[in-house]
Amino acid sequence: MIQQVEDPAVEVHDLTVTYHKKPVLWDIDLTLPKGAIIGIIGPNGAGKSTLIKAIMNLIPHGSGYVRIFNRDIDEVRDKVSYVPQKESVDWDFPASVMDVVLMGRYARLGLFKRPRKADKEVALDCLKKVGMDAYKSRQIAQLSGGQQQRVFLARALAQEADIYFMDEPFAGVDAATETAIIELLREMSEKGKTVVVIHHDIQSAMEYFNWIVLLNMRLVASGPTAQTLIPSLLEETYGGKLTLLAEVGNLMQKTEFTGRDKR
Amino acid sequence: MEQFWEFLSFSEPNIRYVTFGSILLCGSAAVVGSFIFLKKKALVGDAVAHAVLPGVCLGFLLAGNKNPVLLVTGAFVTGWLSLVAIDYISAKSKIKEDTAIGLILSVFFGIGILLLTYIQHSGNAAQSGLDHFLFGKAAAMVSSDLNVFSGIAFMLIIAVVLFFKEFTLISFDIDFAKTIGFPVRRLELVLTTLTVLAIVAGIQAIGVVLMAAILITPAAAARFWTDNLKKMVFLSAAFGGVSGFAGAFISYAAPAMPTGPWIVMVISVIALFSFFFAPQKGIVMKLISRKKMENQIREENILKLLFQLGQKDGNYFQQRSVNEILAKRPFKPKQLISGLARLKKQGFLENGDGRWKFTRAGQKKGARMVKLHRLWEVYLTRYLRIASDHVHEDAETIEHIITPDLEAKLEKLLEYPVKDPHQSDIPYL
Repeated sequence: MIQQVEDPAVEVHDLTVTYHKKPVLWDIDLTLPKGAIIGIIGPNGAGKSTLIKAIMNLIPHGSGYVRIFNRDIDEVRDKVSYVPQKESVDWDFPASVMDVVLMGRYARLGLFKRPRKADKEVALDCLKKVGMDAYKSRQIAQLSGGQQQRVFLARALAQEADIYFMDEPFAGVDAATETAIIELLREMSEKGKTVVVIHHDIQSAMEYFNWIVLLNMRLVASGPTAQTLIPSLLEETYGGKLTLLAEVGNLMQKTEFTGRDKR
Repeated sequence: MEQFWEFLSFSEPNIRYVTFGSILLCGSAAVVGSFIFLKKKALVGDAVAHAVLPGVCLGFLLAGNKNPVLLVTGAFVTGWLSLVAIDYISAKSKIKEDTAIGLILSVFFGIGILLLTYIQHSGNAAQSGLDHFLFGKAAAMVSSDLNVFSGIAFMLIIAVVLFFKEFTLISFDIDFAKTIGFPVRRLELVLTTLTVLAIVAGIQAIGVVLMAAILITPAAAARFWTDNLKKMVFLSAAFGGVSGFAGAFISYAAPAMPTGPWIVMVISVIALFSFFFAPQKGIVMKLISRKKMENQIREENILKLLFQLGQKDGNYFQQRSVNEILAKRPFKPKQLISGLARLKKQGFLENGDGRWKFTRAGQKKGARMVKLHRLWEVYLTRYLRIASDHVHEDAETIEHIITPDLEAKLEKLLEYPVKDPHQSDIPYL
């Protein structure tokens, strides 16, 4: 079940990504609709984070390309927001909650310019939206996991983007934070923003998302939730790796394989 | 001492130059070093410091004398080369970064020492003093050196002020910086260049062997005092400046001494002091607050015990001897007596002829502790389904950290129970 859409927010075309020559994503080809809340679901090591990082151009593509709003990502950076896994940064960094949220304004500020009063007001507003305005002067090391996630979300909101990519925003957060986040995502979606979320829990996925991407090193499904979150496709996603695919991958890593003839 | 005053009077212009130069060099290195510290690249800094030595020697061989511009250029080139080599090795081979750093440091430094030995035996009269680049000699800097080095130092500080926001972002979250379209590669290039320049500027005062210390230690020390990045960088600069000043003095007072080790000694003392005595983060301060907590727990246990005894006898204000208390709960006698004394001072207990009794406030506090203990036991049996004979130990700990706020929530949640799981009364005073 791979459903393509007209005028997509994201188009991933035959994307293959390799780590040390070993493919971790094989020929991903999908389109994602505008304004949807999209869940990317798959087992550990399925390449979910890799897919998002490749879309953001943080890691090189082996082959294929990605278009966002029918443009190259570098042309629409100001419309795209990325929320990394909260474990990806050192929270012992000497910064306050406000400092981190203000980073969401940096793209608009450009190089060498200091945040202005208007930026601080936007940042505070975003903190209010995630219920963290009381913590604005707090040192980030003192935050709980759920609060860290809210701060990252506030930073993303401060970017005022049109499409948001979030890497496991629900991992290690309390129930209250999870509810607050999903409510916020719905609000954003109603305003026409597209939200792409990596998610682990199939139970809640049914309720949270209106479009699902099932991934396990290759694309298993991409389509409306009701048609994708079905037992047969889930089984295909979670039923282990394709052994033949994995073997070929290992072979490519071991030999100095250079790919096909250069044209 | 007299020497110190003479030094401080700055009567000789050379002293003035050298002192000012050292402060500036160490301060600027500490400013740039703050970001190396935050990016956790301290070891890379050390490798680059060692790797500038062959460049200094090559610069000398090329010029035939100690032309500061050529020496600096040479140092800059090999320092840079070492960085490129470390990056290349860790990206393209199976060798991990720490190994690559170790390899590059020793190879470059080895070549440097070879060249230095060659120059020293070449019979070139101008070479004397080149070995100061190993361990530093601030006083050996002449005004032409100082002009070059101070110029670099000024530039470093201005660059960091200019790029402050950008360096902060790439130190905290480099992936995010890339996704918002910042020229991360170029920014990293700038930061790396500044690092190499800071090292190059500092080597004559501090020496290549110990240069990394002045890059990293001030920032590490400053981090203990503040959670604000701007303050941290400022403090770091101040710490660097102080050690630079000390180095200049030593260099003047004891001409036979190399400056580098002394600068490192001073900055290490500052770092050690921060490590032990900084408020909140310092080890001693942590010990003190732990001690305070221990005392508080003991005091609360004493009050709780007196309340329980009072509840049993039906008389809360009876006088009790130390032995009576010890019979009920095995406190260490010394700790019990000091705890009783503190409680008297705080107004919770009174004593007469060696016997102790509650004040009104003490009885109230004792009741609260008993209540918290028993409420927590109720909570555990009700909400965590723990058997009633297993809840006491846990309650002994938790009772001391429940805030009035949590206390109110707990009371409401459990609907003001009157008995604990062991059928003892829960006192509400």
